Amino acid sequence: MTSAGPGKTSYREALRAALREALLADDRVFLMGEDVGRYGGCFAVSLGLLEEFGPERIRDTPLSESAFVGAGIGAALGGMRPIVEIMTVNFSLLALDQIMNNAATLLHMSGGQFAVPLVIRMTTGAGRQVAAQHSHSLEGWYAHIPGLRIVAPATLEDARGMLWTALEDPDPVLIFEHGSLYNMAGVLPPDAGAVDIDSAAIRRPGTDVSLITYGGTLGTALDAAEELAGGGIEAEVVDLRTLRPLDDETIMASVRRTHRVVIVDEGWRSGSLAAEVSARIMEQAFYDLDAPVERVCSAEVPMPYPRHLEEAALPRVPAIVAAARRAVG
Amino acid sequence: MPVLGADMDEGTLVEWLVKPGDQIHKGDVIAVVDTAKSAIEVESFHTGTVAELITPVGETVPVGTVLATITEAGEEAGEPGAVKPGGPAAVGPPAAEGGRPAVAVAGELAAPAAGEAAAVEAPAPARARPGRRPAPQVTGLPAHSTPLVRHEAEQLGVDLATVRGSGRGGTITRADVEHAAASRRRRVTPLARRLADELGVDPGAVTGTGPDGAVRAADVRRAVAAGAPAAGRATARQPGDAGRPPAAAGAQAGQAAQAAQPGRSRRAESMRQAIARLMARSKREIPHYYVSNTEDMSAALAWLRGRNRSVEVSRRLVPAALLLRATALAARQVPELNGYWTEDHFVPGTAVHLGVAISLRGGGLITPAIHHADGLDPGELMAKLRDLVNRARAGRLRSSELTDATITVTNLGDQGVESVTGVIYPPQVALVGFGKIAERPWAVGGLLGVRPVVVTTLAADHRATDGYTGGRFLTVVADLLQRPEEL
Amino acid sequence: MSPRRKTPAATETAAAPSPEAAHHAGLLRQMLLIRRFEERCVELYSAGEIHGFVHLYIGEEAVAVGVNQALTPDDAIVSTYREHGHALVRGIPVTAVMAEMYGKTTGCSGGRGGSMHLFDAKTRFYGGNAIVGGGLPLAVGVALADKMRGRSRVTACFFGDGAVAEGEFHECLNLTALWQLPVLFCCENNLYAMGTALARAQAQTDLAVRAASYGMPAWAVDGMDVLAVEQAARHAADAVRGGGGPHFLELRTYRFRAHSMYDPDRYRDKTEIEEWKRHDPIDALAARMREAGELTGDALAAIDADLAAELAVAIDKARGDPLEPVTDLTRFVYSPRRP
Repeated sequence: MTSAGPGKTSYREALRAALREALLADDRVFLMGEDVGRYGGCFAVSLGLLEEFGPERIRDTPLSESAFVGAGIGAALGGMRPIVEIMTVNFSLLALDQIMNNAATLLHMSGGQFAVPLVIRMTTGAGRQVAAQHSHSLEGWYAHIPGLRIVAPATLEDARGMLWTALEDPDPVLIFEHGSLYNMAGVLPPDAGAVDIDSAAIRRPGTDVSLITYGGTLGTALDAAEELAGGGIEAEVVDLRTLRPLDDETIMASVRRTHRVVIVDEGWRSGSLAAEVSARIMEQAFYDLDAPVERVCSAEVPMPYPRHLEEAALPRVPAIVAAARRAVG
Repeated sequence: MPVLGADMDEGTLVEWLVKPGDQIHKGDVIAVVDTAKSAIEVESFHTGTVAELITPVGETVPVGTVLATITEAGEEAGEPGAVKPGGPAAVGPPAAEGGRPAVAVAGELAAPAAGEAAAVEAPAPARARPGRRPAPQVTGLPAHSTPLVRHEAEQLGVDLATVRGSGRGGTITRADVEHAAASRRRRVTPLARRLADELGVDPGAVTGTGPDGAVRAADVRRAVAAGAPAAGRATARQPGDAGRPPAAAGAQAGQAAQAAQPGRSRRAESMRQAIARLMARSKREIPHYYVSNTEDMSAALAWLRGRNRSVEVSRRLVPAALLLRATALAARQVPELNGYWTEDHFVPGTAVHLGVAISLRGGGLITPAIHHADGLDPGELMAKLRDLVNRARAGRLRSSELTDATITVTNLGDQGVESVTGVIYPPQVALVGFGKIAERPWAVGGLLGVRPVVVTTLAADHRATDGYTGGRFLTVVADLLQRPEEL
Repeated sequence: MSPRRKTPAATETAAAPSPEAAHHAGLLRQMLLIRRFEERCVELYSAGEIHGFVHLYIGEEAVAVGVNQALTPDDAIVSTYREHGHALVRGIPVTAVMAEMYGKTTGCSGGRGGSMHLFDAKTRFYGGNAIVGGGLPLAVGVALADKMRGRSRVTACFFGDGAVAEGEFHECLNLTALWQLPVLFCCENNLYAMGTALARAQAQTDLAVRAASYGMPAWAVDGMDVLAVEQAARHAADAVRGGGGPHFLELRTYRFRAHSMYDPDRYRDKTEIEEWKRHDPIDALAARMREAGELTGDALAAIDADLAAELAVAIDKARGDPLEPVTDLTRFVYSPRRP
C-alpha cells in the first residue's frame, strides 16, 4: 500500500509512488476523478492516498466526465496542477469536447495567454473480455490533436517517472496506462524519479527488423523478438513512449539500422497511429527500406466478448512474428 | 536463317508461326527470330506448303542455316536439310549466295527477360540467352497481338491478358508490352536500388529473391560478390574487350562503376554498339567521296504553298516530301548509285527502295526502306514516311523494310543543320543528305536577292562511281526541284 | 424592483451629478457602447470587413452591464460566443476587441480567436466559447482553484437558455453545489436557442426552478432593466463571495436581432420582436434618467457622438493594424517554454 521501496514492486505501485511524490512535493497538485478516493481507485492506483492527503486533494467526483475534466482545465487555468483521472479511455468520450475544444485549444484561441497545465490519466486497452464498450485503445486518436501531449508508460520506470514531468509541463498531458500492465512486476531502483516525456527508447537492440510499439503491446513485441531470435532473426524493439510528439529521430535511426519495420499498435488498423508512423518512415527513411513497412494492429471489429475472438482481434505474438518474417524474407 | 543486318552472324529461332502442312503465301510471317539487335518477324518469299520445321525453337544457328523447308505448289518436299537454290527454299535470303545480299540494319533491341540470372556467372554475350526464365502462364492469348509481340511478352514475363493495347483497335504493341514489363520488372526495394547505385550494379540484372522477384539489398550484395554486369556493360565482342577475363568482384565493381551510365537502358547501349560497328566498318571498307550542291528552293516552296492551300491540313505536304521524291527519281535516272556493292562489283537494284533515316526515342537510328519510292507521288511518300516513323518507334517494322533499301536519304533539316555529310550504309553505295531550308543571299539575274536554299550532299562509294556520276546525280536532283510540278 | 428615487431639485441637476446620476450615466454609456459597437459590427460584417460567425448582443446589454457591476477586477468571467458585451464592459479596450474582429495581431486574442473567442488574461476574461455549455466546466474549475486556495473570488459564468439542455449544465450545477464552489451562474434566457424556442426544448421552462433543484439559490430577473439586474447580481455575488456557494440568476432578456449574422430569423414572430423592443434597456434607462432629470437635452446625443468617434478610431486602427505572418502559423500550439 505504501510507496515502492527497493526490491520488487509493480507498475501500479510505481504509479502510486509517483502520485504520492507529486502530492507531497507541490501543494498545487491534486487528484480528481471517479472513485479515486474512497474506493481507492478503480485499478487501486490511488489506494491509501485519500487517507494520507484528505478529501480536498483526493477528490471523488460524480459521474460527470465533462464537468470534472473541464473543472480540471479551469483549475489549471486558476493556478492549480490538477491530475484528472478518467476511469478509462472509453468514458473519456464524454469529455472529448472539453479535452479537444478547451484543453488542447485554449492556448491557441487566446493567442498564447492561457496555457493549461493539466494532466489527465486514463486506463486503456483490451484483453480482459470486457467487450465492445470497455476495450478501446484511442490514444492514437488523441495523438491526432495539436495542443496535447500524449504519453504511454510501458515500463515501471516510466510509470514512476512520467507523471512528474507531465505535471511540470505547461501544456495538457494525457497519460495512457494499459490495463494489462498494472500487475506487471519488477524492480525499481530506490532513486527512480522523473523521466523525460520526449523520446522513444530502444528496449532491445537488434539488426534485422525494427518492432515499433508502445504501452501494452511492448511486452508482446518483446516476446515476439525472443521467438524471432530463436529463428535467427534479431529484432530491435522500439518503445515509442511519447505518441505526440513522436520521436522521429529514434524511429528513423532504428529503421536505418535494420531496414525493415513492423509496427505494433492496439488501435484499429485504419487511421491508426501505426499508419502515421508508417507514413513518416516512408517520408523520412524510404531509401533505407528493404521491404514494405508492416503493421500489426487490432482487427477492425468492435471487441467481441469471447476470449478466443478477443485474442484473434488483438495484436499478438504470432502475427508479429509472421509480419517480421515477411519483412525479413 | 536470314541475314537481317550487315554484322549479323547468327540468330535464334524464337517462334514458329506455322506447322508442317500449313499453306503459306509469299509475304506471310512464318517465324520470329531473335538477333543481337531485335526480334524480327520473318516473312516467307514463297508460296507453298510447309514441309518440315528443321530448326527447333530456342536454337541459335548461323545465318544461312536452313530453318525449314517449303514445298512450292506442284513440287514434292525436298530432303531434310537440303538447300536447293530455286527449289524448296530456306526461309529468308541466304547470305553468301547470290540473290539478295544482306543490308546493314541498326535495329531496336529486345530487352533481356526479367530476373535473368546474369549475376551468378561471367558476363554473358548479349546475344545468347542461356537459361531463360520459364514464361509465365499466358492466360488466354488475346486475339489482337502479333507473334512478335507475343514473343516479346513471353521474353519479358508479361501476361498479355493484363496489358492494355494502345494500338489501333486495342492491339497490343511492343511498346505496351515493354512498358508493362518495365513497370513490373523494376521491383527493387529502395535500399537495394540505392546500394546498386552506389556499387555500380545494374539492378535490372540482379536476381531478386523477394516477393514477386523483388530485388533486395542482399541480392545486390550477392550480385556484386559474384561479379554482376554493370549497367550498360559491353559484351565480350567489343573491340578492346576481347580476352578480358571475369575479374574479381571488387575490380569488376570498380570497372562497372566507370562503365555504368546511370539512366541508360541496356537496349540503348547495345544499339549504340551495333551502330558503332557498322559505321566503323563502313569507313574502313568504303572509299567515300563527297559532292554537294546548293539549290534554290523558291520554286518548290511556292508550288507547295499553292498546292497546300487547297488541301486539308492532314494532307498538306512538307518540303521533305519533295526532297524524297526528287531523290527517288534521280536514283532511277542515275542507276549507278542505286544498288549494292558485293565483294568486287556493283549490283544495280531492281527498284528504287529509298532508305530513310529515322531517329528513335532513347537514342539510335534505323533506316527502313520505302519500297518503289520512285513510283509514289509526294503525298504518298509523305504518308509512307509517317507510317514508317510510327512503326519504327513502336518496333513494328517488317524484315523486308529493314533489308531492302537501295539508297538512303538522311534529312537533318529539322535539326537545323545546314548540310550533312554522312557515312554510307554498306552494302549501299550512296547516301544522300539534305540540310535545312534556310534563307540565304543569292545572285539572281546579276542582282543580290534572298532565297530559301538547301544544301544537298552525296556521299558515294568510289569503287562503284566517280565524281562525275555523283555530280550528275545532284544535278538531276536540282533540276527536279526546279520543276516541282513534275514531281 | 428597486424603489424609485425622488426627483432631485432643479438646482441640483445644474451642479455636478449625484452619485446615483453618475452611476446611471455610467450604466447608460456602457450599454450604449455595446449597442453602438454591435451596430458597427453589422455594418462591417455586411461590408465584408469582418468574417466568420458574429453573434450580436443587441437588446441584452442590461445583463452584461448589470452583472458586471457586481464583480471586482479580481473576479473571473467565463462567457459564450455572444460575448462582445461582456468583454467590453469588463474593460477589454475597444481597440483590442475591434482588432480581434479583424484578426489582427493587436486583437485581444492576438487575432487568433475572432468574434467567438475573445480572451484577456489581465481582466480574467476566460473567453469566448463556441460550444454551447462548453464554458460551464471551465467556470467550475476556475472556482475550484479559488476555493482550494482560499481566495474569495467570484467566477461569473454566462450562458444561454440553450445550455440548459446540455448535459454539462446539469453536471456543473450539481458539482458546484456539491463542492460549494464560488460560481455565479448567469443564464441569459433570451427565449431561443438559435432557432429553437425554449418552450420547444424544455419540459420545465422555469429555469430558476430547475437550477434551484440542484441545491443552490436561484431566481429570475428582468433582464431588460439594468438596475434590476445590478441589484440581483450584487446580492448574489456578495453571497457567493462570502462563501455561500454557487448562485443562479435567470436573466430574462431578448435579442433584437437574429441569432447570428447568418440567420434569417424565420422562427420568430415580428410582433414578438416589436413587443420586446418596447422594453429596450437603453431606452428604459434613458427614460428613467430623463424623468429624474439626470439626462437632459442633447446629453444622449453627446454620448453617442463620443462613442461614434471612439469606434471610428478603433475601426481605423484595426484596419491598419498588422496581420500575423503566415510563417508563424503553428505558434500557440504548445507553450514556448518548458521547464
